[in-house]
Formats: sequence, structure tokens, C-alpha cells
Amino acid sequence: MAKHIGKQSIKFDLPPSIISAASTVGSKEGKGPLGTYFDVVLQDPLWGEDSWEKAESKLVQKTIERVIQKANLTPEDIQYIFAGDLLNQLTASTFGLRSFDIPFFGLFGACSTMGESMALGAMTIDGGFANYVVAEASSHFCGSEKQFRFPLELGTQRPLTASWTVTGSGAVILGKNGPGPYITYITPGKIIDLGIKDPMNMGAAMAPAAADTIINHFQDTGRTPKDYDLIITGDLGSVGKELALELVKKSGYDIESIFSDCGVEIFDAATQDTHAGGSGCGCSAVTFAGYLYKEMQNNKWSRILFIPTGALMSPGSTQQGESIPSIAHAVAIENKWA
Amino acid sequence: MDYVKAFIIGGIICVIGQILIDKTKLMSGRILVLFVVLGAVLHGMGLYEPLVKFGGAGATVPLPGFGYSLAKGAIEEVDKIGLKGAFTGGLKATSAGITAAVLFAFIAALIFNSKAKE
Repeated sequence: MAKHIGKQSIKFDLPPSIISAASTVGSKEGKGPLGTYFDVVLQDPLWGEDSWEKAESKLVQKTIERVIQKANLTPEDIQYIFAGDLLNQLTASTFGLRSFDIPFFGLFGACSTMGESMALGAMTIDGGFANYVVAEASSHFCGSEKQFRFPLELGTQRPLTASWTVTGSGAVILGKNGPGPYITYITPGKIIDLGIKDPMNMGAAMAPAAADTIINHFQDTGRTPKDYDLIITGDLGSVGKELALELVKKSGYDIESIFSDCGVEIFDAATQDTHAGGSGCGCSAVTFAGYLYKEMQNNKWSRILFIPTGALMSPGSTQQGESIPSIAHAVAIENKWA
Repeated sequence: MDYVKAFIIGGIICVIGQILIDKTKLMSGRILVLFVVLGAVLHGMGLYEPLVKFGGAGATVPLPGFGYSLAKGAIEEVDKIGLKGAFTGGLKATSAGITAAVLFAFIAALIFNSKAKE
């Protein structure tokens, strides 16, 4: 049985294996530096549908179909799906998955959802409650702009601190047995709110949450930055990444040489005009399912700490002048475990 | 020369808007309302009319120009029919612009679909 260690971490006794990963992205992501790692790159952001919401549901459906297929499994083999997105009432996930005959846990962790779904999926497997589960997260640029920022038609200018919501869905299958990579530890995050109110600067709001989770992960597990080949946050972007680095350094851990951020990796800020970087549930989900998973299999890294970050505000809370509570979930993934 | 004057006044108004977008946390909707209200208030104090005289469309087309028209219409109507004019005059004076905005927005919505930014 898994053990709760330290303040907020879990060490798995029988680390679940990530047996397959699939990703679908929009054309902008496909043109980015990680473009060749993704399974499917859409040319039409609507994917033949008549709304952004329907397009995102199709992203969810097709990506999960693909990840099951890639694992040489059938939907009957999957016991649970853990998934979430950014739309109201998780409509992208629920509408996308309504044709599946698989029990479903809908998760809202804002952009940290991939970390949440992988963590809960891993606990479910290690606890002996399932043999195979799917963990997935998605977002769509147009749907998110409409929901959280401004209607696309308004053509509002974006400040340089603003991030660009990734259009994409990333999914993994976790299994009891498999050749790895394995999920060995998780450090679920706490809600941290230092009073940042600007939804156009979510990186700054989320950085303290990411730093808190990273520091607690080291303290709980006794690990140090030396134990990892890569520590990668979800969507802090260029602004939040520097802040997080500084905060972690203040606690005595220097992660600079191995630290990156999915939002920084996924777009080329110089040529793609994405300002602070990529964001959204899909950002960390497709970066993991496409880039990180494949490069771990290529042994570019053998041990990584993956930390999707989420800004837990709603359009209503922003309008009412509330600050942005944030969260970050850390998942340690290793090619070997002893 | 009229074009240059319109460019100067209209340009200054837009520069103020751009500075507000870049240097403050104000969202575009608030800036929009602020500009309209400012136009009305400035006209009430007699300060916007000189800008219109000098800059023409450079002063009437940007957002404060709409506030100016609302205030001007209301004041003129009060002179004609009394206090009731404060309620009717503003919309009466701007009715052509408002109707055109609704009509053209409707036509645009029928013809075009929103697209992703690139």
C-alpha cells in the first residue's frame, strides 16, 4: 500500500506505469518548437464542428480513443477516466466522453488538471482499485478566451504578461504493470493566494503555489534537486518561471539548471507572439503526453518532476475584484524504480 | 489641414487610451465607459466643444465623442422642452449612431464567424 509521507506527499509502493500517451493540438502548437512530438495537429480550430465547445469535446473524445488504441487496449479494459477542462461545468470533458461506457471522475484544477488526474489515477491503481485508468486534460484557445477573458470578436490587446491558452488534449493510460515510466511520488498542492488580482498575469499568481509544492516535495521525500534531470512546471510562462525559481532558491534549493516550464517550451515567444507563454489545462497535458513522455522513453531524462500549475479563478471572481487562488500538483516520474 | 487637425485630436485621445491599457490594470470595458462618461462631463463643463471645433471628426468619432453627443443632445432638448429633455435628448441626438451600430453588428454577425487569432 502507498504511504503518506511528510506533510503532503505520497510514495507509491507499486508505482503505476504510464503505458501510453496521446496528444492532439491546434495548428499554432503544431508550428511551435514541440510540433513534431504531437500525434495529431489540427489545421481547423473548429475541427469541422460549429462551436469551439464542440471542437474541444471532440479533442477529448478523439485523444482518449487514441490513447486506448495506442496501448492495445479496448475501452472495456479501462476502469475509470479522470479528466477535466476549463469550460463551465466541465462540458468539454463530459460531452466528449458521454459516448464512452466508462466510469468518469470530472476534475477541476484549472490548468493543474493534468497533475490532478495523474495523481488520482496513480492512487487508484496503487490502491488496487483498478488495473487501467485514463488521465486526461484539455483546453481550447477560443473557448477559454470567450470564457475567461474577452470575446474573440472584441480584438482586445494582450499585455506582455498575458499567456496564450493552448488548444489541445493530452491523455495517458496508467496501468498496474508495464515497462514504465512510472509514477513514484506525488505531492498534491495546497491553495495559495498571495493577493495577485490581474488575470492577465497568471504566471505571477501561480508561481508561489508552484514554489510551495516543489519545496514541500523536497522536504517530504528527502530528495534534492540533484535527484532530478528535469523539474518542469505547467504554465507559469516566462514571468512566473523566474518568480518561482527565486522563491525556491530562497528556501535553499537551487533548481535553475534543471528547471523549465511547459508554457515556455511549447511556443517560440520570439516568433509566435504568445507573450508570456502557453497556458491552459492542455498546455501541460500535451507537453507531457507528447514531448516529456517520448523523451523519457528516449532516455533524454530518466527522472522528472512534473508540476502542472492552476489559477483557480472564475470569470465572476475576477469581475468582483477577487484575487487569484492558485494550486500546483507535483508528480514524480521515473524510468526505473527500485 | 482638417485631416491633420482631426489626426492630432483623435490621435491624442487614442494615445491616452493606449497608455491606460499599457500602464494600468484597467480592462478595456472600463476604459470604454470611462471615455464615454468623460466626454459627457467635459461637454457639461464646456471643454469638449472647442476640441470638436478644432478637430472635427477627430473629436466626435472616438468614444468621448459619443459622450459629448449624449450630453449635447440632452442639454439642447432641455432648452426646448424642459427637464424631460434630459431623459430624451441624449438618445434622440445619438439615435442614428446607435441604430447603425446595432444594424451593422447584426449584419456582421450574420455574415461572419469568429476566428482563432494566429
